[in-house]
Amino acid sequence: MIYREAGQFKTSYNSDQAILPIFQDRVAMVLMLLFAFVVIPIVANDYWLGSILVPFLVLSLAALGLNVLTGYAGQISLGTAGFMAVGAFAAFNLQIRIPEVPFLLAFVWGGLWAALVGIIFGLPSLRIKGFYLAVATLAAQFFIEWLFTHFDWFTNYSTSGVITAPPMKMLGIAFNNPLNKYLLVLSIVVLLAFAVRNLVRSEVGRAWMAVRDMDIAAAAIGINLMKTKLIAFGVSSFICGVAGALWAYVVLGTVEPQAFDISRSFEILFMVVIGGLGSVAGAFLGAAFIVLLPILLNNLGSLFTGGQVSTGTISHIEYMVFGTFIIFFLIVEPNGLARLWQIGKEKLRLWPFPY
Amino acid sequence: MDFWFFLEVLIGGLLSGVMYSLVALGFVLIFKASGVFNFAQGAMVLFAALTFVRLVEYGVPMIGAAVLTMIVMVILAIVVERLVLRPLVNQDLIILFMATIGLNYFIEGMAQTVWDSNVHVLDLGIDEYAAFEVGQAFINKFDVMAAGVAGALVLVLSLFFHYTAIGRALRAVADDHQGALSVGIPLRHIWIYVWSTAGLVALVAGLVWGSKLGVQFALSTVALKAIPVLIIGGFTSIPGAIIGGLIVGSGEKLAEVYLGPFVGGAIENWFPYMLAMVVLMIRPQGIFGEKIIERV
Amino acid sequence: MIKSQATEKINQKKHQVMRIQNVSLSFGGLKALIDVSLEIYQKEILAIIGPNGAGKSCMLNIISGIYTPEEGTVIWKGKKREKVAPHNIAKMGIARTFQNIALFTGMTVLDNILTGRNLLMKRGLFYEAMFLGWARDQEIQHRKKVEKIIDFLEIQAVRKVPVSRLPYGIQKRVELGRALAAEPELLLLDEPMAGMNVEEKEDMCRFVLDVNEQFGTTIILIEHDMGVVMDISDRVAVLDYGRKIADGLPKDVRTDKKVIDAYLGVG
Repeated sequence: MIYREAGQFKTSYNSDQAILPIFQDRVAMVLMLLFAFVVIPIVANDYWLGSILVPFLVLSLAALGLNVLTGYAGQISLGTAGFMAVGAFAAFNLQIRIPEVPFLLAFVWGGLWAALVGIIFGLPSLRIKGFYLAVATLAAQFFIEWLFTHFDWFTNYSTSGVITAPPMKMLGIAFNNPLNKYLLVLSIVVLLAFAVRNLVRSEVGRAWMAVRDMDIAAAAIGINLMKTKLIAFGVSSFICGVAGALWAYVVLGTVEPQAFDISRSFEILFMVVIGGLGSVAGAFLGAAFIVLLPILLNNLGSLFTGGQVSTGTISHIEYMVFGTFIIFFLIVEPNGLARLWQIGKEKLRLWPFPY
Repeated sequence: MDFWFFLEVLIGGLLSGVMYSLVALGFVLIFKASGVFNFAQGAMVLFAALTFVRLVEYGVPMIGAAVLTMIVMVILAIVVERLVLRPLVNQDLIILFMATIGLNYFIEGMAQTVWDSNVHVLDLGIDEYAAFEVGQAFINKFDVMAAGVAGALVLVLSLFFHYTAIGRALRAVADDHQGALSVGIPLRHIWIYVWSTAGLVALVAGLVWGSKLGVQFALSTVALKAIPVLIIGGFTSIPGAIIGGLIVGSGEKLAEVYLGPFVGGAIENWFPYMLAMVVLMIRPQGIFGEKIIERV
Repeated sequence: MIKSQATEKINQKKHQVMRIQNVSLSFGGLKALIDVSLEIYQKEILAIIGPNGAGKSCMLNIISGIYTPEEGTVIWKGKKREKVAPHNIAKMGIARTFQNIALFTGMTVLDNILTGRNLLMKRGLFYEAMFLGWARDQEIQHRKKVEKIIDFLEIQAVRKVPVSRLPYGIQKRVELGRALAAEPELLLLDEPMAGMNVEEKEDMCRFVLDVNEQFGTTIILIEHDMGVVMDISDRVAVLDYGRKIADGLPKDVRTDKKVIDAYLGVG
């Protein structure tokens, strides 16, 4: 009853194109943003803000980036973490050498470098597809890891091996406590999510999806496959680069290549698959799932075993559970949590009628 | 340039390449027979090796342990077919690929939950350090044996695929699942055979690598190295797995020794991938692979 | 080769939009087209018929530029046409549909047809990301055009449905819509009636005729249903084993002995 569209007639194409055409959706979005920006800062404690929400948001951003590339443009990538690393290191290197640069600009700089690297490693996509492309991105991942581990220039010849991320100050506000960090990350993520949402429903988004669904037909109607794919790599890597910079600066506080290894790439791929390929909401849902699951398992674990099971074994069991969920989702709903959510909404539209 | 040194490095690389081929072989089998790239092959290697080693540690004689492990791998194949492959039978290959990534995580986790995550020494009773002397080059006896085993396996499997009815059925399945079903090929049984064979190959690879490196979690990352081997050799070719392995093995060792010092070392981590990328751009199907054709 | 005299008289007045001259193409050892020449006149509906394997789809691909002939030339609008990148073909004003529906399965009807207009749209990532200014106006302008096509094809009710959920006949209509969206001069239809029942065929025939009349689009179609071919085409070309064996008005081609032997059969 509450979710009915009845009576909501769109009298112009303008209103039909709105980002959330259904009134109730708009209300829900406003409420959600209010909740995120106002309520959470009031009620959440430092642990939740710092250890759960902020990582969740940053990883959602990375998942969003990967979703653009894999979910919308259909180019599978296993090099996400590598592009994140480029963003982190580029931002760091800029600030180290030119300390006057505001950190937000450094993030954009990081994103741009990541975009460049992404485009270069995306070149193989012009000749190969699907799984073979995944392998090329794997090459990117390993190469980038190696690059940052072996050339001291990137770490500014640091002798200790641990590079602290520069502090973030803007307009006199220092972003060094969980609350400030949370609001900063939230703003960046909301902005970029909004941008992605707009991109995918406009001309370039349609081009991406056309290339994903049937590239031969896409070329036949005039879509330049090369440009479209490279733009996808560029935009996606930009977002991942910013996410990487955020991960280093805000979450870890350090800039290290180990945080951006292949298991990170897989982690983000899982988020995208479980959350739903080709869906902005899916990136968030998937990230929430992957971030919360270990915590849930840990708590369940200590609940049931009273602390007798080692953390090592728990993490192995986590692996098993991850693997099971991936397979489960692929079997039951290849379109992920986002599709389940959509189905839920459709049922809600008819509620209380069953069909 | 010292010729004997070069020869030593080259042969060492070739032999280690053969070991990569062993792992690649498992991939090729499954890919050839079902079109699926089994990302979990590495985990299977780990699991097989762990099972074997633990059984031996519990006092089971080696032959018995090998047989028991083989039975376990067959059970694994049956379970995988029932729970993973069958429900996904008509899906896109990308979906199947991702399912095998999930499977990889699952098997890795299971192997270490059931057995444990310590390093286990695997002693096959073969001295790993004995070497032949050829001229002034030292060639490792163990590596030569491993090469022999791999070569024999490849020969047997090639013959099998080409000359037996089951081999033909497997090739039909790789072409078109539904088509094969519609001519009465029992897809399920085929898949169990294939995954069991891949399990056997995984066991052999696990034994070979496990003696060299010790049986530990890192074994499953050897599988990642198999990917460039497959790209270069061709995903659907058994001889390709060998040639690809030789190229990758020798390539990475030679590059490490001769180019490594200029760039700070450890280039073997990514050199094979770069090589693979070059091959991908020039000849996407690999040296021996089948051309990828798309029809509108 | 037979050319009806009636054809010569009528078409002398019409403008040649494309001319295929002595084109040959082979794949490996297989000769797909052998020394084929064909003229295509503006605003006509030309049907290409022939038994399976005669080279019809190949001919279509040559016309649309996906294949380059090994011998012979293709003259488009009076100029010799060189090898062309696939995505530039649409810019030349040639659109096509495919034998097996090549719709974008992840998108709705509206989006599929809108994508057909992509080549007419400007790109500016930044503006699109913010959905401001000209990006927004552009969407609305093109949406209006697309809605006209949707009205024309009578698929208003399903405009927001993902195409994969639609029945086959409607999908073919959507594909036609997508081809029309780019406002092409030449429209190539690869077996547009395949797999349809009588009603669907009648609808599709009506649409093809309407497109030709209302928009003045030149249409080439490959079709097996002789009833359709005879009813709606202005001219018919017949291929057999890679060669053109007849070319002229439908009624002339139908009674041509060579064509009957090769393809139509008696009765």
